[in-house]
Amino acid sequence: MARVVVDVMPKPEILDPQGQAVAGALPRLGFQGVTEVRQGKHFELEVDDTVDDETLAKIAEGFLANPVIEQWTVRRVAE
Amino acid sequence: MSARIGVITFPGTLDDGDAARAVRYADAEPVSLWHADPDLQGVDAVVVPGGFSYGDYLRAGVIARFAPVMNSVIEAAHKGMPVLGICNGFQILCEAGLLPGAMIRNAGLHFICRDQWLRVENNNTAWTSRYEQGAEILVPMKNIDGCYMAEQATLDELEAEGRVVFRYTGGNPNGSRNDIAGIRSANGRVVGLMPHPEHAIDALTGPSDDGLGMFYSAVDALVKA
Repeated sequence: MARVVVDVMPKPEILDPQGQAVAGALPRLGFQGVTEVRQGKHFELEVDDTVDDETLAKIAEGFLANPVIEQWTVRRVAE
Repeated sequence: MSARIGVITFPGTLDDGDAARAVRYADAEPVSLWHADPDLQGVDAVVVPGGFSYGDYLRAGVIARFAPVMNSVIEAAHKGMPVLGICNGFQILCEAGLLPGAMIRNAGLHFICRDQWLRVENNNTAWTSRYEQGAEILVPMKNIDGCYMAEQATLDELEAEGRVVFRYTGGNPNGSRNDIAGIRSANGRVVGLMPHPEHAIDALTGPSDDGLGMFYSAVDALVKA
């Protein structure tokens, strides 16, 4: 068994209205100095030994992320 | 024999009833298709209706794209069967790769629900042949993930090939690139749009009957085929 983390973020050139809304709210809450916020998704997958890196890449590219609008990273973390 | 047009129901689909009604108004026979059944029952065309399939979990349309019925729709579309995706259906067709691009959250973050004017930019499709090029139509729009996004190269290609089918008029409501409300496949058989023509087929129940032309267009395309 292993834990795999997939982080999915909107591409830098893609409008991120949710991140902008968070950034806009921070000064109203009294937090100054945050110049930009981007909002994405974080997945934690528990996988057994039959799941190789190639399969994980397919899961990330073909399902968890949409390559048209998002970029992603896949990493195995401590078991 | 009247044309048989399939209407798919996924868990979370909302507008299959109105889509079937629009098919009937256009003197065609609606055929209910179920997400878990790959059998298209010999239909001549398919409407992928709006709603929130699978709760829009992960991304709007992505889980529906992998439903058994969609594998059959993708295969049939590649052979030239007319397919119309409305709202969530448009999102599903984009996720399925039948149409380019993707929808993201509306620029203003609001769920937008209103009657919307659209300009028909291209009538050389299986779903818009009944409209005059440049005609303006009024149909309801109701979504939160309606902002059309695509890479610049894709947008340039869509514009150059006349594949933008509908454009918002009177101001861009949601941040969509190039004011795009709907697009078509290269062969003109697959069309997707965010607003809802199936809700505008009778002045009694909608803002106009401007949407009915899409369903008559499909019937025309099937008669010619």
